[in-house]
Amino acid sequence: MAKARVKVPKTAKAGDVITIKTLIKHKMESGNRKDKKTGKKIPRHIIDKFTAKYNGEVFFSSDWEGGVSANPYCAFTCKVDKSGDFEFVWHDEKGEEYKATAKITVG
Amino acid sequence: MSKMRIEVIDRRTFMIGAGTAAAALAGLGLPSLANATPEQAMDFIEKLTGGAKPAEGKVKIEMPEIAENGATVPTKVSADSPMTDQDYCKSISVISTKNPYPHICTFHFTPRSGKAWASIRVRMATTQDVYAVAQMSDGKWYITKTTVKVTIGGCGG
Repeated sequence: MAKARVKVPKTAKAGDVITIKTLIKHKMESGNRKDKKTGKKIPRHIIDKFTAKYNGEVFFSSDWEGGVSANPYCAFTCKVDKSGDFEFVWHDEKGEEYKATAKITVG
Repeated sequence: MSKMRIEVIDRRTFMIGAGTAAAALAGLGLPSLANATPEQAMDFIEKLTGGAKPAEGKVKIEMPEIAENGATVPTKVSADSPMTDQDYCKSISVISTKNPYPHICTFHFTPRSGKAWASIRVRMATTQDVYAVAQMSDGKWYITKTTVKVTIGGCGG
């Protein structure tokens, strides 16, 4: 149901600060909207935590609440020093986790 | 002005009348289900900093002056920091003064982040001031604000 996309440069020089862009398909149902037919509030269902790892080390994370837009876009940076792997994890309040990975070659 | 107050009071009365949920939430110190106020935003900031008064400077927030679609407003935050192991920005929080809840999001950085910078898209319920509050590794807090004019509100309430 939720699809995550990430944009990470494929190569970089040691010491570069690279920009990473992420996007995930998710309604981010804030719990403030009402069902137009029944008048009842649509229950809250949001992604509440995003975590980014580089070679196993968490270097960036973010706590989200209902004020983050649907299909959350989030960009941030990382100072790279060697080749390796990125792992990105989105955790939603229902306990679901969505993951994406990327590789980078650092010369 | 008085028209706004009546609307809010009516919403609050409705919520309290509809069940004990709103009263219970109010008892927990969480914002009521009506839109938050600048005072609640200040309360949130005070809790965030543990009572420390943030200084101005070092942290920036960039949002459009006019947001045509309140459902998705591009927001960039950054802090002036060398991001070394000894001296780095630990976090930046984005706080609304008129959304249903003051806290929109918090970014956590490490020296490995390279820059204290993040970009996200947020919901803006209505024209309002938005604060960014940053904490550095030395424990100091910094604050800044911007104003966003919203033509179509984006919180669905």
